[in-house]
Amino acid sequence: MPRMTMIEAIRDAMDVSMGRDEDVVVFGEDVGYFGGVFRCTAGLQQKYGTHRCFDAPISELGIVGAAIGMAAYGLKPCIEVQFADYVYPAYDQIVSEAARIRYRSAGQFTCPMVIRMPTGGGIFGGQTHSQSPEALFTHVSGLKVVVPSNPVDAKGLLIAAIEDPDPVIFLEPKRLYNGPFDGHPDRPVTPWSKHPLGEVGEGHFATPLGKAIVRRQGAAVSVLAYGTMVHVSEAAAREAGIDAEIIDLRTLLPLDLETIVASVKKTGHCVIVHEATLTSGFGAELAALVQEHCFYHLEAPIARVTGWDTPYPHAQEWDYFPGPARIARALVEVMEAA
Amino acid sequence: MQQKHKLRFHVPEPEVRPGDQPDFSNVKIPRAGTVPRPEVDADPRDMRDLAYSIIRVLNRDGEAVGPWAGTLTPDELLDGLKHMMTLRAFDARMQTAQRQGKTSFYMQHMGEEAVSCAFRRALDDGDMNFPTYRQAGLLIAGGYPMVDMMNQIYSNEADPLKGRQLPVLYSSKEYGFFSVSGNLGTQYIQAVGWAMASAIKGDTRIAAGWIGDGSTAESDFHAALVFASTYKAPVVLNIVNNQWAISTFQGIARGGSGTFAARGLGFGIAALRVDGNDYLAVHAVAKWAVERARRNLGPTLIEHVTYRVGAHSTSDDPSAYRPKTESDSWPLGDPVIRLKNHLIKIGAWSEERHVQAEAEVKDTIIAAQKEAEKHGTLHSGGKPSARDMFEGVYADMPAHLRRQRQKAGI
Repeated sequence: MPRMTMIEAIRDAMDVSMGRDEDVVVFGEDVGYFGGVFRCTAGLQQKYGTHRCFDAPISELGIVGAAIGMAAYGLKPCIEVQFADYVYPAYDQIVSEAARIRYRSAGQFTCPMVIRMPTGGGIFGGQTHSQSPEALFTHVSGLKVVVPSNPVDAKGLLIAAIEDPDPVIFLEPKRLYNGPFDGHPDRPVTPWSKHPLGEVGEGHFATPLGKAIVRRQGAAVSVLAYGTMVHVSEAAAREAGIDAEIIDLRTLLPLDLETIVASVKKTGHCVIVHEATLTSGFGAELAALVQEHCFYHLEAPIARVTGWDTPYPHAQEWDYFPGPARIARALVEVMEAA
Repeated sequence: MQQKHKLRFHVPEPEVRPGDQPDFSNVKIPRAGTVPRPEVDADPRDMRDLAYSIIRVLNRDGEAVGPWAGTLTPDELLDGLKHMMTLRAFDARMQTAQRQGKTSFYMQHMGEEAVSCAFRRALDDGDMNFPTYRQAGLLIAGGYPMVDMMNQIYSNEADPLKGRQLPVLYSSKEYGFFSVSGNLGTQYIQAVGWAMASAIKGDTRIAAGWIGDGSTAESDFHAALVFASTYKAPVVLNIVNNQWAISTFQGIARGGSGTFAARGLGFGIAALRVDGNDYLAVHAVAKWAVERARRNLGPTLIEHVTYRVGAHSTSDDPSAYRPKTESDSWPLGDPVIRLKNHLIKIGAWSEERHVQAEAEVKDTIIAAQKEAEKHGTLHSGGKPSARDMFEGVYADMPAHLRRQRQKAGI
């Protein structure tokens, strides 16, 4: 089986989708000739021509708004916003338009599109190359929100997102583009070629949206994570010596509540981990759902390990980023609280 | 050291306010027939003057004159007159229905009937409009059933949008009328995207975007012009300058720009300004722009110069911010009367037939209203199903919505 980085897997997903369906078009800033600032669209313009993969003006609302019009026509745009930090100019188009067109037109018009955007920190990206804005999208009825954590899922989920009849926000943790990251910046990064999830099947396969996956079976505590934090949580459990069950949510909306509830009912403990800021972050929704559905099984308060409620700093990267030490501490505290 | 001057803050003001004498002396109106008609493939740089003038066909005597005249036969013009009369009468009925509590809200087109009615005639079936809330003439002139418009306004059991949308935010894919959004300007760039898609697929259909003078200040307007210009999208971008954005006069959005049409010039887009109350001129300009788009010659920006005679909406009272009689002084007159006079002038119409036609139009609308009210109005009679509230958020209902629907007991 070929080995791919997450970048190659994402590119392959678009390649496969464009090859199968002439209605799939790819565009964004620097996406065409140059192949994207992260190389995610490299070679697509050469292979499919400028009418299928092209460069766009620097206008996020223009890119998303034009894609909505294309989707209304019947195309399936898979567009890129260069950094999730720069999606805000398009927020009105995403929230007021893409998410609602099917509903408000009673299905006369639909919006089958994917908005890809690199997300997350851990790369000294400072305030505007590190944000995790997923909660701004999970609050919006009509959107689907996906965050892969490895090349296999990135490909399968992106193909599924492109084929999905609804608008999908596809957040790509850029820290994971070239290799898994366990939250130890001082250690050399292992490339995806040395990781089992870097083995990516050729051709077409789709990973269903709305399904979480248990990355590590455990009996003591359920860890709910996604994106980079899946790997950091695995490291934290290993280092704390705690038999944690690590769930990679993969899709935040719609959410796989069944997998979460089954795990927490089994362990009686729950730690939620995300890079995004704490207050009103997606962790709050997870905590509320676990509380509602697992109250009588919980043996300790639900803990949340997240970014602080500050803008994402530059020099203080590793004081901000919820690394293995902070997660390990939470795991221990939750177990001791019982 | 150079002396520094104290800076002054500038806020544009309309010429007149309530209690003042209406004054449109600053609106420069060229004589009908005097603006040249460039070839459809003209370079935008060679027709810059058209962004600063006003294309007009009907003169004061009701004659069609000049190079833009002659795009419609008398029979087609009679159709056009009927469309405008229908839209006006429809507005009057629905305005009353709102006052009677049969719906929550309505927005009239009074004075702007020619813009959407004449434009629709220049399009083919299959083309797609991305309208605002004030282009129902596209539906009327396109033959969309009035009963369905009323069902939408009443949010009744036959509402094609299942009670989910505010009144007048219609949607009809079949009739080339994209779902109207409450968020201003958003559809302008979507129109460009639709047109790009049509070009990508090698289709023959084109798109038309719509925006008001006030909403040109939204970022979406600028994005649309950039994208239309960059990709030479087959789109006609319409600005309906009716002088008012609720209470705000057009100078607040236009700023120092000579005209709204002139904004297109900086983007290399062919820009025309047309007498929005002249059915013949609107049609001729629309036809020109549509042909330009269809022949892959690129986008066109059209500023329709008109006047919002009615209140902004049923929630608005214009006497609080402009003279009550201002619309009477509007130099471009009334689109219905002007077309009527022209048709009489050419011997295709008469005062008697007009009175008769008014009665017929009214009867048709009353019949449609009776039909619609059989299906209910907002607060009485048949309603859309509460279950519909949960449908259509996604193609397939996800588990969390199924749980919520269950919880709601519906």
